[in-house]
Amino acid sequence: MDLELGQARQTFITESRELLQEMESALLTLEADPEDQAAINSLFRSAHTIKGSSGVLGIEAVEKFTHFVENLLSQMRDGEIKARKENIDLLLECRDHISTLTALAASGIEELSPEVEANGAALTSRLGELLGAQEAKPEAKGAAKEEERLDGPSSAADAWHISIRFGQDVLRSGMDPVSFLTYLAKLGEVVSCTTLFDSMPPVEDMDPESCYLGFEIDLKSASDKAAIEGVFEFVREDAAIRILPPFSRVASYVELISELPEDTLLLGEILVKGGALTSRELEDALAKQRATAPGEEKPRIGDLLIEGGSVHAETVAAAAEKQKKNQSAGAKEASTVRIDAAKLDALVDLVGELVISGANIEQHSARIADAGLSESASVMLRLVEEIRESTMKIRMVPIGETFTRFRRVVRDISRELGKDVDLVISGGDTELDKTVIEKIGDPLMHLVRNSADHGIEGPEERKAAGKNAKGTVRLNAFHDAGSIIIEVADDGKGLDRERIAAKALSAGLIQHGAQLTDQEVFRLIFEPGFSTAEAITKFSGRGVGMDVVKRNIEALRGTIYIESAQGTGTTIRIRLPLTMAIIDGFMVGVGGSPYIIPLDMVMECVELSEAERSAADRRSYINLRGEVLPYVRLKNFFNEGGLTAGHENIVIVQYGGHKIGLVVDELFGEVQTVIKSLGRVYRDIKGISGATILGNGQVALILDVPRLMQSVETSFMARSA
Amino acid sequence: MEIRVQDNNGLSTVAIEGEMNIYHAMELKSVVMKALDEAEAVELDLSGVSEFDSSGLQIVLLACREAEKNNRKLSVKASSAPVDSVIELFCLGGLLGRRERKA
Repeated sequence: MDLELGQARQTFITESRELLQEMESALLTLEADPEDQAAINSLFRSAHTIKGSSGVLGIEAVEKFTHFVENLLSQMRDGEIKARKENIDLLLECRDHISTLTALAASGIEELSPEVEANGAALTSRLGELLGAQEAKPEAKGAAKEEERLDGPSSAADAWHISIRFGQDVLRSGMDPVSFLTYLAKLGEVVSCTTLFDSMPPVEDMDPESCYLGFEIDLKSASDKAAIEGVFEFVREDAAIRILPPFSRVASYVELISELPEDTLLLGEILVKGGALTSRELEDALAKQRATAPGEEKPRIGDLLIEGGSVHAETVAAAAEKQKKNQSAGAKEASTVRIDAAKLDALVDLVGELVISGANIEQHSARIADAGLSESASVMLRLVEEIRESTMKIRMVPIGETFTRFRRVVRDISRELGKDVDLVISGGDTELDKTVIEKIGDPLMHLVRNSADHGIEGPEERKAAGKNAKGTVRLNAFHDAGSIIIEVADDGKGLDRERIAAKALSAGLIQHGAQLTDQEVFRLIFEPGFSTAEAITKFSGRGVGMDVVKRNIEALRGTIYIESAQGTGTTIRIRLPLTMAIIDGFMVGVGGSPYIIPLDMVMECVELSEAERSAADRRSYINLRGEVLPYVRLKNFFNEGGLTAGHENIVIVQYGGHKIGLVVDELFGEVQTVIKSLGRVYRDIKGISGATILGNGQVALILDVPRLMQSVETSFMARSA
Repeated sequence: MEIRVQDNNGLSTVAIEGEMNIYHAMELKSVVMKALDEAEAVELDLSGVSEFDSSGLQIVLLACREAEKNNRKLSVKASSAPVDSVIELFCLGGLLGRRERKA
């Protein structure tokens, strides 16, 4: 495979993932409201695009299967097949199958496994049955409709849209729109053409030698934009021409409409007629545009439609409601650039270097104490700071997409378990680092599953408890003081404190008579192998998972907090740092070398007195307010030289509910730390997770507290045994 | 170009022959508008038109608009091949109240 095709394939895979996601949310929307034409259209477009691009790239399996799906969708779009429950189920399964097929294509597997093959065949035959049943019914639709279906149902959408307003002097300069259009028609097939003469003044002012014509044309053609522009070469100066390529975004059409002088409604209708847009798309998009452009006094298109009697007020209200739902998706349509994540990482690395060398320059300028130099340096540093911030922002992506994925999860669970569960999403536009988003998906999925499965009771139980039979799982995200908080809340039965405590007791996780706070009890559910579920379901209850959730979140330097009230529900709150690349560190000195401890793990610092030291050296633990605290002397651990200072300090760090002390020589305090990963050679060194470069150019190692702790505990156990 | 206007009980038939283009646009406009002004219904007979350009079309469109505005009847009684090809190109068959003729 040559390079270019490889790239195209990569783009296809990323794109189809997004499209499949769109299909899924469209299907779920459709399930809630089977009449939602916008959802059907979006569904159809997604399938059509997947089919088209897979065809171009020669991924036959995907193309063939998607083709069947598209046939069904096309009939749904025409209202011949209703979006019934079983059809949606089938389509969801089909979506999953396409997803499997693209995933296989992504990993370069051409041969399908027998299971996948069988699944595909089964789905195809079910699709066939549905379509066949439909075909057998006598249809009142005209032959034209049939014809259209044969040569590709979305014919109009894959056409160029050309909008042209001829200038008044065109005829006088000896040119005629007729000849331009005749020529244009030679480039392809004119799917639709609407002649506009609204700019023609009343009879008395109308100059028969002036040209008042304008056209909205949909042209199906294999020519490129340059060729189409070439048609109008001679009138370029004298006419307003806009050309939109096939499959242009709805937003471009709306822009086109708003730029043109004619009545918005009329133009909208023309676009709809030409097939460039569906009426719902247009309505949504225009209304959205109005909403974002206050100060404009034009009436909303919805109002115009109502006045014109073409739609009912309720329809518009429903559309407005839907708009709200789609808002986050709509925001995504704003112009974006797709770039390779690796390039972004390289940029972040460079900015990190810049921050370091900036700190270096600051030190030198402070030493030289030249007024001019100091000023330049401070300006530069401010700019570096700004660059750092905007670079970090580039990596920020809204979490909404991750959230929407869970709609399907919740739906499937409620189906399977006969529950009625609603997923309410808020704060989807909250942004956080891309790496964090990628890694938070699985833990969140687990929490959502748990909420829907264990949290929410069955409908009868809920009714008996005087609650609404329909349970609600809420996903929320918001920013809070440099971190992002993600909440997974349900209005289910809440955690059973007593049962967790009893279970923990029997598992030996807690002692008899231990006085534990609610929080401490709830945290027990994060222990490996802990489950209080009476029944293991398909989705959860096996007692694996919550410990993994906790580990994953801690790996992101996040924390989990549980709030629960029996009978009213549980809220799990995850706090995550905004970014992974720069952390707050606590700098300490060990034998003359600087080390960084992640600040959020540092509990406290105490002095290790001479007396305690001599006693402690024999047993490697100290008595911290009546608690046994094992410690490790970093100087020995890292084989640092240098004399032992007169007094040492113990930095007490906490991780995963355990505390240990780290004996260091000097405490320096907080530093902003740009994390640099170590080379492959150093990967297996215990106790070091990375390095950073200090302002003075010195390298400081960043301690890997969890692994350090592990090795200390092992040796502590060995010694005390 | 030749224009013949025939009045028949409020139905005015405007028959245009020859070139219906920018060179005659001024004249065309005044004749057609005058006919619309005076008669309840106007029929355009374009069967003798040998050349039809955008300005010619604009006159027809103007006439349509005026007729609708003033509640007059306007129809195209007959047309020639040059007229048909322009009307077809601009997809205006429906506007003139005639079925599109297949070329």
